[in-house]
Amino acid sequence: MLIKRLPELKYSDVTPKDVYINRRKFLADAGFIAGAAFAGGSLWKFLSPSQRVFAATKLDVASKSPFSTTEKETPYNDVTHYNNYYEFGTDKTDPANNAGNFKTSPWSVSVEGECAKPRTFTMDEILKLAPLEERIYRHRCVEAWSIVVPWIGYSFSVLANLVQPTANAKFVAFQSFYDKQQMPLARGSGINPPYVEGLRMDEAMHPLTMISVGMYGETLPNQDGAPVRMTIPWKYGFKSIKSIVKVKFVTKMPPTTWNMLASDEYGFYSNVNPQVDHPRWSQAKERRLGEFLMRPTVMFNGYGDQVAKLYAGMDLRKNY
Amino acid sequence: MNSFLSQKWLKIPVFLACLVPLGLLILAAFHDGAGQLIHTDKTFSNIFPSLTLGANPVQFIQHATGDWTLRFLIITLAITPFRKLLHLPALIRFRRMTGLFAFFYVCLHFTTYLWPDQDFDVHAMIKDFAKRPFITMGYTGFLLMIPLAVTSTRGWIRRLGGKRWQWLHRAIYISAIAGVIHYAWLVKSDERKPIQYAVMVGALLLYRVIAWIWPRRGAARASGSAASSPQHPVTAESE
Repeated sequence: MLIKRLPELKYSDVTPKDVYINRRKFLADAGFIAGAAFAGGSLWKFLSPSQRVFAATKLDVASKSPFSTTEKETPYNDVTHYNNYYEFGTDKTDPANNAGNFKTSPWSVSVEGECAKPRTFTMDEILKLAPLEERIYRHRCVEAWSIVVPWIGYSFSVLANLVQPTANAKFVAFQSFYDKQQMPLARGSGINPPYVEGLRMDEAMHPLTMISVGMYGETLPNQDGAPVRMTIPWKYGFKSIKSIVKVKFVTKMPPTTWNMLASDEYGFYSNVNPQVDHPRWSQAKERRLGEFLMRPTVMFNGYGDQVAKLYAGMDLRKNY
Repeated sequence: MNSFLSQKWLKIPVFLACLVPLGLLILAAFHDGAGQLIHTDKTFSNIFPSLTLGANPVQFIQHATGDWTLRFLIITLAITPFRKLLHLPALIRFRRMTGLFAFFYVCLHFTTYLWPDQDFDVHAMIKDFAKRPFITMGYTGFLLMIPLAVTSTRGWIRRLGGKRWQWLHRAIYISAIAGVIHYAWLVKSDERKPIQYAVMVGALLLYRVIAWIWPRRGAARASGSAASSPQHPVTAESE
């Protein structure tokens, strides 16, 4: 079977950092094929370089988290070349091709709203708020594919406790970075930037809910949400907002980007749930990247033991 | 130009060109496979560093074959307008081939659904068909193409008779429309590509409406003067 993946590469086997692709030379080589083809779209995609490698810094990981799965990690190259980051284009390979020059330094995150000690954290501070843990989480996209990623970070509750949310804080609203100049493709993507997401307070404070600053032993690549993002493993991937600039504790359920676009398709909770289909496709199965056949999707993405109690008594068909 | 297009041998390079999309998919699959087998192999990667099916090969093949189905449907629909507007009647020689290639790519597309997506689970597929409008649209377009592929031979044209055959083969209009809707209903938020296809299919169908109305208006205006012989719709000229 041609498309079946052979035993995965170790991250250290991935193209060395100094091997960058010479786009011009390559295009010249490929010219004769491109010439033979008359309708460009998909051929162009075939032939345009997407195997770029990004400069990343090694992170000091203090511990391996017991929350980690023992499932096989998805190869780094797949996790960095199959992204939904609509600000950098809507094709899966667009973010890898277009986020290269995204400026993520200096960076700061404003934490505000219903809390006793609102403040702004610089990226250096965020990296040092707590010892960095590696947590290997399953990640299930609403589009019915999944990956297994070794994230680096710590529980979001660490940051929240520092600013002391008040009793009025019922929800947390998150906002992504947006800059027209750096993200010119956002305009045509159909989503309305800046990207916003939200969690209920108890969801946000759950120990599994993570602030991620890295993956695979290094800082986050730009297309995976550099320099700081959320990782909420029991919810569909779009809940895990990328490139965070603002965190706000609020009293009411905040608006969220995909929900505003199509509220019948993307709910506020968006817990992974094989019994509740997306109106247009089934959520019963998923394709783990690298696998040929689809595998069954597990309730709460397999984190039910830890999180099911958060939703006790709720109708998950209504609160999708 | 027309005499060039009438050359017998020309069908061979056109046939081969229609196979290029499939060839690239196969090459990319080999390339990906080789890249993983022999980590240090530089030959493949030096020639085509980016010829790859990417992180989700099944989906890549599914999307590529779906795209090429739509493209071949559009090429097939474009042959009559180009033939008429550019006065290149010999283009008709390639219409069956491009139509059958649309069918070929839709069969590959359907196979990616049947096998890696559904694992031949007929029960799940019937449920899917009833429940998902975009799947229903896909089936509609695909199933309508089967009789067209079957009756594409000279023998079937004779058996059905030109007029009836032509009526049957207008089902390609519905297939093309269903294909575009199938795509548009699948997309999450970025409708630009489905819109491009919709504009092309729309223009090609609009041409047919105009080509159908135009000679009638002309004939109505000229009625009484010249007794024109009844025109066959296929040969009706239009400007």
